[in-house]
Amino acid sequence: MARRTPVYPANVALGAKIIEFGGWDMPLSYSGATEEHQAVRQRCGLFDVSHMGEVELRGPEAAAVCQHLTANDVSKLRIGDAQYSLLCNERGGVIDDLVVLRTGADRYMLIVNAANTATDAAWITERARRRAEVIDRSAELGLLALQGPDSELALRTLTPAPLASLRPFAAIETTVAGRRAWVSRTGYTGEDGFELMLDAGDTLAAWEAVLEAVRRRGGLPAGLGARDTLRLEAGLPLHGSDVDAETTPLEAGLAWVVKLRKGDFIGRAPLAAQAESGPPRRLVAFELAEQAVPRHGHTIFHGDAVAGNVTSGMRSPTLGTFIGLGYVTSGVSAPATPIAVDVRGRRVPGRIVERPFYRRVRQE
Amino acid sequence: MNFPDSLRYTKEHEWLRLEGQEGVVGITDFAQDSLGDVVFVELPAVGATLTQGQIFGVVESNKTVSDLFAPVSGKVVAINETLREKPEQVNTDPYGSGWMLRVALSNATETGPLLDAKAYQEFVASEQAK
Repeated sequence: MARRTPVYPANVALGAKIIEFGGWDMPLSYSGATEEHQAVRQRCGLFDVSHMGEVELRGPEAAAVCQHLTANDVSKLRIGDAQYSLLCNERGGVIDDLVVLRTGADRYMLIVNAANTATDAAWITERARRRAEVIDRSAELGLLALQGPDSELALRTLTPAPLASLRPFAAIETTVAGRRAWVSRTGYTGEDGFELMLDAGDTLAAWEAVLEAVRRRGGLPAGLGARDTLRLEAGLPLHGSDVDAETTPLEAGLAWVVKLRKGDFIGRAPLAAQAESGPPRRLVAFELAEQAVPRHGHTIFHGDAVAGNVTSGMRSPTLGTFIGLGYVTSGVSAPATPIAVDVRGRRVPGRIVERPFYRRVRQE
Repeated sequence: MNFPDSLRYTKEHEWLRLEGQEGVVGITDFAQDSLGDVVFVELPAVGATLTQGQIFGVVESNKTVSDLFAPVSGKVVAINETLREKPEQVNTDPYGSGWMLRVALSNATETGPLLDAKAYQEFVASEQAK
């Protein structure tokens, strides 16, 4: 049976459509995915993302172990800094993407994808070789994502933390609605927002309090359906769809995460070689010229030749057009290149476009 | 959930409203709710011939794609062109502005096996219990 988050009773009470995702019973939508998407773009939305895994690395050598296991440069992190990073295998393939949060002098929290938590924890434990303590905290912790331009206004009534001075990818240990929480200025929607990590036993109470503040701002609870359309418009890859153990960060457009000069780490050698030769294929954003929903696995053509395949697709609620991400051979990956996608036997014309599809207007 | 008494239903969740020798076809409240927000509806051309039980189009949400099955045989005399720009009408008004096509029935006896509202409602309840 699927696992349930601390917010599950509230999700059911709110009438959420529940689906199994990554081994968890999760809310797909509450009032409707499109409406929830718009709420996050225009005001704010609250997501239960307690299915995400948390793997803690602890001990005097935790930083060194983390540096060896992840592709980004952990040495830059001060306490309260978060960083987007990748777990790569020896071939340079992406085992998972994650956020590394430094919670103490010798403590790092790795926030990973739900479906990968067990394999990540096993991978990390094996390669830590007892140089650091590796603890899977997933069952002990809940995670909420408050996203949208009004997130700060909604949250500031509930926490003493100086949110206005909290920069993107900075975090602070504070309280939310009287409950202990790590609040980070991070998210997966392309909007401003925060993620709140709490003890599992405090998560439902925090959800109720934050949701009330969200509703007062005209916001909504939002499910995984909106989360997927928001992240795709923002050009953010989804592990398991757009990136996986068979794709490299350089192919996926994540070269900025891979710090080849920081010293050795798992996957460095093949990634350095690929950086030298150039990746043979690239993850690109595309837009179709006609109505059709491109889906994972559909073939992408350039002229009559197969150029690659779709990894994610949808109708963009913001643009109203049909968009997607997919891998194409590097020679045809430039923006404006004409392509066609085979959508169930129909060749639908389109073109490669700049990624992301949507970029928020920053509010000062 | 709403299942009007005036309509006939299929186990694939289409509805049929008989108007003389013609019938209007759409998908049910249950179907639209299961799909989530509809983003695309692919319909046959006016003049196409439908065969009862055969696929005549698709309806898609961002989550999933679902085939549409003809509740009766006949010739398509009209399609709902507004769904191209406003597919969300399938969600907001499945029995009204979310209609999909109008068929001239070729065999009126085919409506016999279609479910009435009560039988369809019981069928939906049994599906949800699974």
